[in-house]
Order: sequence, then structure tokens, then C-alpha cells
Amino acid sequence: MESINESERKKILLQGNEAIVAGALAAGCRFFAGYPITPASEISEILSVKLPEVGGTFIQMEDEIASMGAVIGASLAGVKAMTATSGPGFSLIQENLGYGCIAEVPCVIVNVMRGGPSTGLPTSPSQGDVQMTRWGTHGDHPIIVLAVSSVADCFSVTIKAFNLSEKYRIPVIILSDEVVAHTRESVTLPDQDQIRIFDRVKPDVPSDWYKPYADNNRGVPDMAAFGDGYRHHVTGLVHDEKGFPTQDSQEIDKFLRRIHTKISKGFQDIQITKTHLMEDAEVCVIAYGSVARSALRAVRDARKLGVKAGLVQLVTLFPFPRKAVDTYLRQCRVVIVPEMNMGQMSREIGRVNQAGCRIVKHNRIDGQLITPEEILKHLTTV
Amino acid sequence: MLECAEIIRKEYLRHDKKFPHVWCPGCGNGIVMGALLRAVHSLGLDKDEVVLASGIGCSGRMPTYVDFNTIHTTHGRALTFSTGIKLARPELTVMTVMGDGDSTAIGGNHFIHAARRNLNLTAIIINNSTYGMTGGQYSPTTPYGSKSTTSVYGHVEHAFNIAELAATAGAAFVARSTVYHATHMEEMLKKGIEKRGFSVIEIISNCHVQHGRRNKLGGAVEMINGFKQRSVTIEKATKMSADELEGKITIGVLADVEKPVSTEEYQRIVEEAKNKAEIITKAKEKNGVKRYEE
Repeated sequence: MESINESERKKILLQGNEAIVAGALAAGCRFFAGYPITPASEISEILSVKLPEVGGTFIQMEDEIASMGAVIGASLAGVKAMTATSGPGFSLIQENLGYGCIAEVPCVIVNVMRGGPSTGLPTSPSQGDVQMTRWGTHGDHPIIVLAVSSVADCFSVTIKAFNLSEKYRIPVIILSDEVVAHTRESVTLPDQDQIRIFDRVKPDVPSDWYKPYADNNRGVPDMAAFGDGYRHHVTGLVHDEKGFPTQDSQEIDKFLRRIHTKISKGFQDIQITKTHLMEDAEVCVIAYGSVARSALRAVRDARKLGVKAGLVQLVTLFPFPRKAVDTYLRQCRVVIVPEMNMGQMSREIGRVNQAGCRIVKHNRIDGQLITPEEILKHLTTV
Repeated sequence: MLECAEIIRKEYLRHDKKFPHVWCPGCGNGIVMGALLRAVHSLGLDKDEVVLASGIGCSGRMPTYVDFNTIHTTHGRALTFSTGIKLARPELTVMTVMGDGDSTAIGGNHFIHAARRNLNLTAIIINNSTYGMTGGQYSPTTPYGSKSTTSVYGHVEHAFNIAELAATAGAAFVARSTVYHATHMEEMLKKGIEKRGFSVIEIISNCHVQHGRRNKLGGAVEMINGFKQRSVTIEKATKMSADELEGKITIGVLADVEKPVSTEEYQRIVEEAKNKAEIITKAKEKNGVKRYEE
């Protein structure tokens, strides 16, 4: 048999949802709990086949509340866990998502966005859940939200999501949308040994000394799994260093500030943006998700017409990459923010716009993808 | 008994946790906790391999006090967390303690599905006919006509029979006891923990502070004495008419069936899938093709 060329060998045709599965498995995900929902169902279906093959567990729960509960349970037992859903299911996930934040449980939640509110547009793309990822669950809490815009992204961002969740002991949300989920593209996946995997830090002290929520220099306590011999307590109540409920205002303040600062300490690591043709750009598009694809095409077309256009693609939506965005707001004359919602991310951009840059919103909520032509029109007229 | 109490205190209670507990004097929750610890002790389970999960409410505080792997989850969702823990680590003994509102109102869906699914889990339901912690509102097991802070004119809805609900939903083992019958309860808990499959032990308990006071049922002593007087064993109950059973509490093992346990069934699937995948991977590697490219 002829040997096959290295790069050709690894080029494969995948759908966005399939690439999320491949990324999750490569990252070490070995537990999935979910509930059927369009347009995320392929993730469940494929994992129900693949997980047992690698010794993992798939379970279809009675609803998304239960899915999120099972995911947190599995993670506390030491297994990397994930769920996938769309808007209506994501509404139900909010309850236990808050539990994941306060109990600092690493896990990944994929939300393949469809049109809303309520049952909305089950088979049409949307970006209507952006602010919900940040503020959907009650109480002050940190969260990490990453957006995917291509099949290749689905693979690499899913791995990143697992790594960040393990590193910072926090639920990480991946925002996909119907277009990315169901688009088939050829991608080149790296070999497993080329992928950097981060696993949660486990305690190595005797069980009597273990304090499951004690601060350290990273702000992220070491995490024992149930069954490891540490016999610790986990609760959704605000707790002290030992994990027991507390009403002491000093302990409360210390704890809640720590779960926020552990994320702000890691901003450099967490806040990811990609830029295209930004070196000399005077006009730029800030976009994320499938809209970033249209935006890239529009920027390239605008360059051909002599417009100094560039694209800033947000991979991390929250914590909002303020520093990077601020740089481009200062650099550019006009910033165009196309979104498949009424302006959920442009709110954030406006919030950090100290340079007084002109921000042009472009919003589409009719269940259709924003086309490159629509963005190009802005780029050539502003 | 005294010797056992000393072992329980030394071995099974958390001493780094600030006692006293949150329960009112005379509450049945402590009796349940004692029986549960004695059951675990007499079964000789390794504390490192025991998980106690709970939901929200007075019963929800129990895991805080005991020296196992413990988790206090969200309201009604304890069984979903237990499901994840058990599937991730099947070797652990996972028990879930819930209240009546916790398990059959907000958590009713999870409860019936856990019973249907038949994982190897134990559910302990402390049924005190009210939401005690929030101030005595009516729950799914508040008797018809009873008074509560949300049914001051008398309750117009009908109560769930939790044990029957569990049996109908498919639980492999269902038993009932009361906080009067401490040693009987311990036996039921032991049987439930040992049972392969989903087991439910419903324990009738007193909330004299919220439910008893509003319905003139007396204090803790009177209420617990009432359980003694109203209880009939399942053996006796089968010989009694429906009229005779009115107002009685049937105690004992109400259901005990053998059926495939999904935790074990899934383990079998994993083994088969792993073997099959290994054969395919080997064959493909032989032909120079990698796994992703199927």
C-alpha cells in the first residue's frame, strides 16, 4: 500500500457539531448528559456511540436541569464532563450552572444557539443568548464564554474550553449557532500528542489537612474527587475554606471575591481574540460566531476596493476582552458590530468605548445569516 | 446501643463542623441520621466509598454533619447529581436524602425517572408533610383538609403516597418506616442500601413546629406516639380492608423486585464497545488509517 501524504491523511470532512465531539474527546471528556434538542442533538447522538468506546459514559436525562446536575456530579467524581443544548434547554441549565460556579466545578456547556425567545426558531441561527450566558443564573458570579465560528474552531475551542474549566475550576460555555453546527467543512485535526491538555490540580496533602476551598497563589483550590479518600463537603451555600456553610461576613466576602479574582488573574490566558488585516486598519468589524465568517469575506472585499478594513474576531466573549477591544477602538475611526441579535455584544463594546470611537450596529433577527454584502455596504459607506 | 452511639459520635460525625445542627428540638431528622449511620456502620462500608447527597430543606443539611463524601445540591435535583456521581464512579455507594417537597414537588420528575432508570442508588425520603424550613407551607404530602401557612382555610388538594409512587415508577426496592421505629428504620435502610437497583425508603417524620402545631397534633412526643399507634406492618395490612387502613401507616418492605440494574448494564455496553473499537483501531492502523477518519 502506498504511504499517504501526511497533511492529506488528516484532512477530513466534519460538521460543526461533530468537531465539538472530536474536540471534547481529545480534551479528555468522558461523561456526557443531555436532553434532545435541535440543533444540538448530533452532539448527543455521536457521543452516545463514541463515549463507551473510550470507557466513558453517556446518559440521556429527563430534562436539561437533570443533565446539568449529572454533569456536575460526574465532574465532582473526577471525570471531565459536558452537556450540549440550545436556547430553551439553556434556560433550564441556568439553575445548576450557578451551582457549578459557587461550588467551583469544572464542566463544559455547549449552547448551539437558535432563534428565540421561547421555542422561537428551532432550525434557524441566532446569537440571542449572548448576555444570558453572562447573567443567566442568579447572583454575582464569574463565567467563561467562548464562541466558535468554524468547524476548525469547534475542535480547538472545545479543547480550550475544557482546559480553562479544569485550570480555573469553573463552568465554561461554548456558544455555537445553527450555521456553525450544521456546516460541513474540511479540517485538519492535530494528532492527540500535539494537543495540550490541562487536568485539574489534585491535592497531595493528607486528608486531615485538606481544605477544599482554601485560597492559594493561583486563587484556584486543589480539587479532590469523591472516592479519593478526602471525604469533603460540597454545597451551593456560601462556604468557608473547609466547604461548610458560613454566615460570617468576612468569610463570605473573602470567598466571593476569590471566585471573581481567580478569573481576573487569568485574563491574559482566558481572553482570546483573533485579528485579520488589522495592522493598518482604519475601519474594523468586531464579530464572533458564524457572523465573523461573513465579516472576514467583507473585509477582504473592502480591501480590494481600497478601504483599509480589518476584522477583530472575539473568541472569548466573557470575561469581555476589554483590553484588546480598547486598543482597536483607539486605532479605528469606525467600528462595525454585526450581530444576529438586537445588539448584545455591541452593548459591551459601547461600555468600554472610552476613546469615543463611532460604533455602527448591524442587527439581523429574521432567522437568516448576515451576508458579507451587508457588512461590505457598511465598510464602504462609513 | 450506648457503645454504638459512642462509635457513631467518634467515627461518623464531623467534628470540624460547627455543631449544633440546624434542626429544632424533637425533630425526626436526627433519628433518621442516627439510623442511617448505624446502618452504614453495621454494613461495614468504607467511609471513603460512601457518598451522601441531599437537596434543599431541613433534610438537606444532613450531609454537612456526617463524615462521608457529601454534597448538598440544589432544590429537588439531588438525584441528578447522584446519577452523575454513580455513573462516573460505579464503585461508590451513593445515597440521597430528600424531603417530601424536595423529592415529589420540585424534584418529582427526577424522582420518577430515577426509579424508572434503576441505577444502583438509595433514596431516603423524610416525609414530614410540610415545607418546614420555609415556614410550614403545604407540600405534596400535606393531608387533605390540613392547615398550613398557605392553606389556612384547609387544604383542598390530595396527598401523594410516596412509597406507592416509587413502586409504580419502577423502583426495585420500596420500604416505609417512621421515626418512632428507629431499629426497624435501620433494618429498612440496610436492606435498601444492600439492594442492587434503585431503592426508596420513605420515613414518616414529625414537624411539630410547623405542621403539628397548626393541626393540633401536639408536640414531638405526641406526634411520634401517633406514628406508633397508626402504624401497621405490611403483613397485617394485606389482611385489612381499605376502610380499616384509613389513616394508618403501612410499614415494612412494600416492593422488592429483581431487574437489570442500568449501572451494571451500561458497564457491559462500555466493555463491548471498548473491545470493538480496539479491534477496529488495530485493523485501521495496520492499513495506515487513523481513527478520526472513519
